[in-house]
Amino acid sequence: MKFRKIFRSAWEGLMLNKVRSFLTTLGVIIGVASVIVMLAVSAGAEASIADQINALGANLIIVSPMRGVPGASRTLLLEDAYAIEEQVVGITGISAEQNPAPQNIRAGGVTLEAIAMVGTTAGFPDVRDYAVAEGRYFTADEDDCKAKLVVLGAGIAADLFGAESALGQTITVGTTKLTVIGVMEAKGIVSDVDYDGRIYLPLNLVLQKFMPTTMMRADAVRTIYLKAESQEQIPSVIAQTTALLAERHDVDAAKPDFTVQTQQDIIATQEATTAAFRDLLAWVAGVSLLVGGIGIMNIMLVSVTERTREIGLRQALGARPSNVLTQFLIEAIILSLAGGLVGVIVGVGGSYLFGSLGTMRTEIVPLSIPLAFGAAAIVGIFFGYYPATQAAKLDPIEALRRE
Amino acid sequence: MNNNLIEITGMTKVYGEDDAAVYALAGVDVQVARGEFVAIMGPSGSGKSTLMNIVGCLDHPTDGAYILDGRDVSQMTKNELADVRNEKLGFIFQSFNLLPRLSALSNVMLPMLYNADDVPDEEAEARAVASLTSVGLENRLHHRPNQLSGGQQQRVAIARALVNHPPLILADEPTGNLDSKSSVEIIDILRNLHKGGATIVMVTHEADIAAHAERVICVKDGKILSDGRDGKNHCSGLHQ
Ligand SMILES: Nc1ncnc2c1ncn2[C@@H]1O[C@H](COP(=O)(O)OP(=O)(O)O)[C@@H](O)[C@H]1O
Ligand SMILES: [Mg+2]
Repeated sequence: MKFRKIFRSAWEGLMLNKVRSFLTTLGVIIGVASVIVMLAVSAGAEASIADQINALGANLIIVSPMRGVPGASRTLLLEDAYAIEEQVVGITGISAEQNPAPQNIRAGGVTLEAIAMVGTTAGFPDVRDYAVAEGRYFTADEDDCKAKLVVLGAGIAADLFGAESALGQTITVGTTKLTVIGVMEAKGIVSDVDYDGRIYLPLNLVLQKFMPTTMMRADAVRTIYLKAESQEQIPSVIAQTTALLAERHDVDAAKPDFTVQTQQDIIATQEATTAAFRDLLAWVAGVSLLVGGIGIMNIMLVSVTERTREIGLRQALGARPSNVLTQFLIEAIILSLAGGLVGVIVGVGGSYLFGSLGTMRTEIVPLSIPLAFGAAAIVGIFFGYYPATQAAKLDPIEALRRE
Repeated sequence: MNNNLIEITGMTKVYGEDDAAVYALAGVDVQVARGEFVAIMGPSGSGKSTLMNIVGCLDHPTDGAYILDGRDVSQMTKNELADVRNEKLGFIFQSFNLLPRLSALSNVMLPMLYNADDVPDEEAEARAVASLTSVGLENRLHHRPNQLSGGQQQRVAIARALVNHPPLILADEPTGNLDSKSSVEIIDILRNLHKGGATIVMVTHEADIAAHAERVICVKDGKILSDGRDGKNHCSGLHQ
């Protein structure tokens, strides 16, 4: 007997029992769809983290106080930033930054409450790939002499001055009057930071006027960003910076009180966390696929019992044991492949749907489709084989006698 | 060449063991020549079905030899047995054994699914239609079994048994579930088949059905009591 015929016969058998066939495949559908959706969700999470970190600026190296080392937040100083700028070879600029407590700001009749502020050095727009849209940024000299200047995030400018130009206007931050010299381009929210909703001040002004002196050294900075000349320069810049700071802080370079990281390092750490999350999701999805397979086996076993007489009859009409085996195996494989196919459609559709809801980003992992589909096929063969052998083993006369 | 299609010698079939042993067949010798129409009669439990199932290669004897069409059945593999059932035998059951969800046509096409040579679809369908036509069901091709009367269902089963043109037709109480009018239709079909050259072995309870056969074998307690080729029924009195 030819395979084509047995396939058709198996297919007809399944079509005669559509509801049961569908219910049988449901487990596989859910399994396959969840593999695809879950991988899409975690890939989406990874991609958005990578995007956010890359948005900090190209060829960026980030120097921060070592977390978890007592007092380390007071040892990274503005002088360190200047030393790096002078001595480290292969950088185009640095931007030291400090974030004071949010303040209320006023201009004309408008008051904005608790606005985030950032003190930066003059290199900020260049290093952070964040351009000034209108006016200009302050210069290094203006920073040095603590000039009372401010550059507004695009959102703040709009909130305070609307359609009017912000340039040359005076705003009051706390009790200090500052002159607006520039407005940054719109950047939006990246890595939970609303760039447009902040104001940018000379770092020295911030250190003098806005930092509490009790806890912090007045010249401690939160982060120093370095922009390497090129990708190739990054390892050398990291090495030089680490050596320089270790010397300046008088610490062992192997046990520093600071960290020097690239975006890639940060992405990698972040990915390690999401990878654990992704693995968990993959396990959950894999288990549901397994459960789907057991569902198929269960129904196939029931089907073999129910159809014992049919099997006996087919044997009486000349079916060889291998014909019976093939028929039941093909039924199981058709069920799981159909389930796999529907599962892929549901999974891809579901991933797009979740993505379009806007609450989370999803990115379909192309490999997950053949992977999930292949797993479904294997599940079908694996869990279909046992019931099929049970059917093929039946003695024709025993099978015919069964009620 | 031997003209016997079936040669059975010293056949026993024992169910259970020791004290509980039941001799369904207790030493049966029988030959059936090509082209014969044989009826097997006997009381319930006498071993008729057991014998038919062994002849039909569905069951194995405990002991004894069975030569079918010159071949020793006991030496055959499972696959060879399946092929014999497919090519040489047409089985008609008392309970029809049609697949309930398939149409008459699909039921009749079933044996061709297992033919050694791949019958093209159109040919398979044409053969099934011809087979159904030969039993007068050309207008019921697409009916399901539950849309047919008992007699019609048995005719579908006969069409199925005939579709591969087997030399031997085995019928175990083919009219056992039918009214007398349907029984006559069935027996007429079997007689026509016989006229066409088929060898037929039929089990029946009813003397008037057995009367259509040219030879009546009486079985009781797993043994052959009488074997008459004279057209007379020697089994009367065995049914009390
Ligand atoms: N599967 C079986 N297991 C045990 N005993 C059986 C089985 N099949 C038949 N028998 C016994 O074998 C004997 C013959 O049965 P069977 O051939 O069906 O009789 P008949 O068809 O003449 O009514 C009976 O006593 C029956 O109980
Ligand atoms: Mg019987």
